[in-house]
Amino acid sequence: MAEPILSASGVTKCFGPVEVLHGVDFAVLRGEVHALVGENGAGKSTLMKILSGFHPPTSGTVRVDGRPVAFAGIGPAEALGIVLIHQEFNLAEHLTVEENIFLGRELRRGPFLDKRAMRERSRAVLAELECPVDPDRRVRDLAVSERQMVEIAKAVSRDVRVLIMDEPTAVLTGAETAVLFRLIRRLQGQGVAVVYISHKLDEVTAISDRVTVLRDGHHVATQPTAALTQDAIAQLMVGRAISDMFPPKEPPPADAPVVLEAQGIAVPGWVRDAGFDLRRGEILGFAGLVGAGRTELMEGLLGLRRASGTLRRDGRPLRVRSLDDAVEAGIAYLTEDRKGKGLLVAKRLQPNLTLLALERYGRVFVDEKREAEALEHAVGEFDIRVRSLDALVGSLSGGNQQKLLLAKTMQVEPTILIVDEPTRGIDIGTKSQIYHFLHDFARRGGSVILISSEMPEIIGLSHRVVVMRSGVVTGILEGDSVQEGEIVRYATGLKGRATQGEAA
Amino acid sequence: MTPSAMPEVARKSAAGFDLKLYGPFLALAALIVLGTIVNPVFLSPANIGNVLTRTAFIGIIAVGATFVITAGGIDLSVGSLAAFASGVMIVVMNALVGSMGAGVPVILVGVLVALGLGLAAGLVNGLLVTKGRMEAFIVTLGTMGIFRSLVTYMADGGTLSLNSGIRTVYRPVYYGGIFGVSYPILMFAAVALIGAVILYRTRFGRYCAAIGSSEDVARYSAINVDRVKLMAFVLQGICVALAVVIYVPRLGSASATTGLLWELEAIAAVIIGGTMLKGGYGRIWGTVVGAVMLTLIDNILNLTGAISVYLNGTIQGVIIIVAVLLQRGAAARR
Repeated sequence: MAEPILSASGVTKCFGPVEVLHGVDFAVLRGEVHALVGENGAGKSTLMKILSGFHPPTSGTVRVDGRPVAFAGIGPAEALGIVLIHQEFNLAEHLTVEENIFLGRELRRGPFLDKRAMRERSRAVLAELECPVDPDRRVRDLAVSERQMVEIAKAVSRDVRVLIMDEPTAVLTGAETAVLFRLIRRLQGQGVAVVYISHKLDEVTAISDRVTVLRDGHHVATQPTAALTQDAIAQLMVGRAISDMFPPKEPPPADAPVVLEAQGIAVPGWVRDAGFDLRRGEILGFAGLVGAGRTELMEGLLGLRRASGTLRRDGRPLRVRSLDDAVEAGIAYLTEDRKGKGLLVAKRLQPNLTLLALERYGRVFVDEKREAEALEHAVGEFDIRVRSLDALVGSLSGGNQQKLLLAKTMQVEPTILIVDEPTRGIDIGTKSQIYHFLHDFARRGGSVILISSEMPEIIGLSHRVVVMRSGVVTGILEGDSVQEGEIVRYATGLKGRATQGEAA
Repeated sequence: MTPSAMPEVARKSAAGFDLKLYGPFLALAALIVLGTIVNPVFLSPANIGNVLTRTAFIGIIAVGATFVITAGGIDLSVGSLAAFASGVMIVVMNALVGSMGAGVPVILVGVLVALGLGLAAGLVNGLLVTKGRMEAFIVTLGTMGIFRSLVTYMADGGTLSLNSGIRTVYRPVYYGGIFGVSYPILMFAAVALIGAVILYRTRFGRYCAAIGSSEDVARYSAINVDRVKLMAFVLQGICVALAVVIYVPRLGSASATTGLLWELEAIAAVIIGGTMLKGGYGRIWGTVVGAVMLTLIDNILNLTGAISVYLNGTIQGVIIIVAVLLQRGAAARR
């Protein structure tokens, strides 16, 4: 077997008194794509941060080309060609694309920056990624997927030998993912080793040569991908067989009353003339490509964005000027942006849990005793796993944060729950818990609007599916037509109502 | 959701010593010990009362500033507003002496004018920040200049002096007291107590901290962000007015240099007290301690003579920097 470029042996890592990695072995070979999978909190990101110099290991050895190294930070690691692309973007928002790509290693001509050369090289790298972003644009003006591409461009424009990608496709569309995969193949051909962290097992089996599975900070297995099925990988991750990921569907009776009716909803710049109705006990899926306007439509309905159109709640007109009005009407919203819009990560669980429903804990003064009781109750009901109830939310794993966010949203006891990408970036076990929760909520008479970019989720849960494309509802599917091929046809414009510019 | 084997959850497991919480109090204790060693007079009730009375103006303003800063804002206009409100209060009272006589009613009108002005100034700052979508720093930098220039204009570059008749009546509000505790101290204590209750116990206080942590999260939690921020600025304006009410009887005058740099002293008190300048975390009792410390340094230097009083600013500056350094250290270890 070839000599590993980068390896870890017996690496442990403690944060304070807590050991999160327990003697993990890991090795990356030249020219291989090595997938790293595991549930949230399994220690994938921590291991990668150690390998790329963000954290020192508590004990154990990191070797590059067989020689032990002790990185004093990411600088020395990058100098050896080890580059980590973060889950959270590491771009300077106010700088341009070109300035970001060359940040810290600007090209110079004499004492001055060689802007032209940097711009040209940026353009070349981005062209390779089939992402024709102008190098002079500011990063803050870019779409999320474009930012991801810039992040990748920044990494590959260096002399990279080991490229570590943490959930790179979380914000990419199918087409963009395909481009990324072609790039990975090309890098692989040049002898670059790629470490690919992902929750998407179909991607893992499609792109990787070997798979390493971590569970609870332990190394579970490293095997050739070809020898494993997706199911087998999932079982290794969870440590048990996964059955009934999705509970059996129980659609509402045909005569179930309509609880929410939207007509002619327009959100300037995003959505035109959208309409749908939601029945009692129903899970209504919203499918579409990233940027189709699903989130914007919901935010418009909820008073979080400027919007026009009519809403009827239980048959009566409803006017929503602010999110507060929506909450009053029994409608709650779980945002797709957990850390940016959902939770105060620098605060403890208790104030987070009650923030949306604080009025219920006293009109003027907050009843902290009842808050504490509510927290203990929520931790049990939603199975939020924390070491201490006084922990900061930022120290929780993504899955536990998501369960806290769900608990927070449920504090206002809504009868209509709008969830936006409710399982983004969380592990399979927690996903299944959330699916069962949504199912039970609907079965008890609640109604759910489920926005998701994960097809299995939409198909596995929804009773009906609204498909959007470029800000327009192109089709509403129900019964047997709720299937992937059909949804994709409506989402990509092969079928259904024409969007602007295509109309005859 | 089916609860699967709840892990054992502990409520507070000796999370170590919280420097952010107790640091300011320790520093204050150290200063008191130092003061006592330097000069035994330091601990005399007269000296302590003197220190606290002089702290009252900055302290009361700083309590208001704690709300603004916790909510992620900043108010640079408080010193100028104090001067402007003092000036207007004096002019109004002087004008009323003729018709109403030099008595308590005139003073009450003056107090109402000051409070009204503080409230109005808070509204202006708050509305410009929220509805005008401007940075609090820029807005209050602007109003700071405006208030300062208005008082200079009113005084025609000189000094506005309070009618001596009223001054005699009003004087005890600064110099008098009950049971040996001066009125400014009592007012400072009351403002701090009410401030602490509001910040720690009410929804408004919780919302200030939430908005300072993340405006987006607050917005998505159905909080009326604009209203809460506006209220914080109004609270700040009222605090400035209360400080003016006890400041005017002290000197009985206002000029272009009244309240100069008070905004920075107030911000310094807030930061020394452990409130984070970027918002999201506020400490009222910390602010009180911070304000007292700033006055104590001055007092101790006066009592020793070993170090020139002119070095007061240096020592205050060092303390501010050390306070923030310690908070950083505490935050990094979390």
